[in-house]
Amino acid sequence: MIKSWVKITDKSVTLNGQMMDFPSYGNALLTEIYRSKVKDYPKFFKMDALCKLGFLGSELVIQDENTNRFVPREDRAVILFNRSGSLNADVNFQATLQPDDFFPSPALFVYTLPNIITGEIAIRNKYLGETSFYVLEKKDSETIASQIVASFQDNITKSVIGGWVDCVDENNFEAVMFLCYRDEENKLHEEIKNILSK
Amino acid sequence: MKVIFKIADNIVSPLGFTTAENFSAVMSGRSAIRRYEDKWDIPDPFMASLIDRDALDHECGSLPLMQHYTCFEKMILLSVSKALENSGVQPDSDRVLFIVSTTKGNVDLLYENKFNLPSDRILCGVTARVICDYFHNPNPPIVVSNACISGVCAQIAAMRNLFGGRYDYVIVTGADCQSRFIVTGFQSLKALSPDLCRPFDKDRKGLNLGDAAATIIYSVKDEYEMEPDDWVAVDGSIRNDANHISGPSRSGEGSYRTLVNVLHDTNPDDIAFVNVHGTATVYNDEMESIALYRAGLQAVPVNGLKGYYGHTMGAAGVIETILSMCAVDNNVILATRGYETCGVSYPLSLSNEIRHTDKRSFIKLLSGFGGCNAAILFKKGGAL
Repeated sequence: MIKSWVKITDKSVTLNGQMMDFPSYGNALLTEIYRSKVKDYPKFFKMDALCKLGFLGSELVIQDENTNRFVPREDRAVILFNRSGSLNADVNFQATLQPDDFFPSPALFVYTLPNIITGEIAIRNKYLGETSFYVLEKKDSETIASQIVASFQDNITKSVIGGWVDCVDENNFEAVMFLCYRDEENKLHEEIKNILSK
Repeated sequence: MKVIFKIADNIVSPLGFTTAENFSAVMSGRSAIRRYEDKWDIPDPFMASLIDRDALDHECGSLPLMQHYTCFEKMILLSVSKALENSGVQPDSDRVLFIVSTTKGNVDLLYENKFNLPSDRILCGVTARVICDYFHNPNPPIVVSNACISGVCAQIAAMRNLFGGRYDYVIVTGADCQSRFIVTGFQSLKALSPDLCRPFDKDRKGLNLGDAAATIIYSVKDEYEMEPDDWVAVDGSIRNDANHISGPSRSGEGSYRTLVNVLHDTNPDDIAFVNVHGTATVYNDEMESIALYRAGLQAVPVNGLKGYYGHTMGAAGVIETILSMCAVDNNVILATRGYETCGVSYPLSLSNEIRHTDKRSFIKLLSGFGGCNAAILFKKGGAL
């Protein structure tokens, strides 16, 4: 069962189907969401664009949950998908490797793995459960839904922060993220496909 | 009850292009790690285990390559082709799923694209599609990109997809091809050892990197159909430390939890060994010793294989699983090459010599950036 969902693109933010009002676009939009909805996590400013996007998506769906946050728990997984991997971070790190200007940056290199965002969300929320990142050829809602439903084969996992988090560069990105619970009636698969098509 | 079991495997590495060649090399204590200077225009020398590109091309000569493929792709095509030989698996069937485990895939296309491949070939999902197309597989491939634990996560994903019933076979292939990008990145983190890596040793100074591809084909059947020599993937677990994006937890939290979860009610006395990550960085090996101790596994033999291959990233979980299966098949616990004197807070049962075992199950453990950890319990036939 999907509890809440959010869509963030470089142009707009929609939470549970309601458009949120932000005047900015692209990278500035991410900063604006942070300043208006999060405020208290300065580590945000160290993150690369993919992590900022996924972090904000997770914040919006978790805030909407309205329960005690930041209590360590193993029953919640973070399972995300995209097409571009860590391409934006890869390009940024590669720029520090020019033969005539060779200063490889460790601060940029750590973001050249797309699963770092799953770790950022786990750290922020003290989630000790599964974190997984998958790269697909395209936003294939059938594959995403089936892998998230399959992740409930882990007996401890009761809920998943899941979805799509793709960042081509600082100003071209799309996230569709949701909080979902194990569903005994097996409706979750169709629900996820439906949300991803929004 | 259904069980997930291994149909076939292969390892492509600097130590050989078959599982048998690789196992024999490791049994005789060979390592492919050597020193490179002025390689790939990298100013500082480094130690690594690299596949000779000409030898790889020569070996790929037997494959019907209809277009240009990158080194990374050739390693996978070769490994999957060899695993498929005599397996009876038809890769073009819609009952077969490909799962690729990699961390950096074709990242070197960012600065070197000799054959003018399409620019989206740098994306791992596109690369995986190219690999599926080679084998005429119609299904959307899945790429697991979970840093250093990808090879174990890909096997867990295979188990889940087979239990789900949509597929009869999953081809899990893990690979990474070393490059200027990766080596300079690890140099910038000061994670590389200037010498051969020394897992768990008091003088360990960091890791060595390595090229490899490795493939396991899994299938599913009823428990009563199990043969005594079948290798079964019993249970897997993936957990986060929720501590730091690039450093392991001081309490070994995530690794500890994966171990507890896969052990479940298994008696540690029935485990032949835990094949650990053992990168030979100060923090990783210390963390693993804490996790193993907390999980009550301090008396169980432990080994690490990075001294033979270096850290092969997306391939590591697959290659180390295959070699551990070969070891149990031959009643041995492989030696931890490079280890001499215990250098972790919680002493483990480690040895730089081959040990004997009659037990028929083992745990594969990995941890990685992003605070992730993964483990699988394997057993042979009706063991446990």
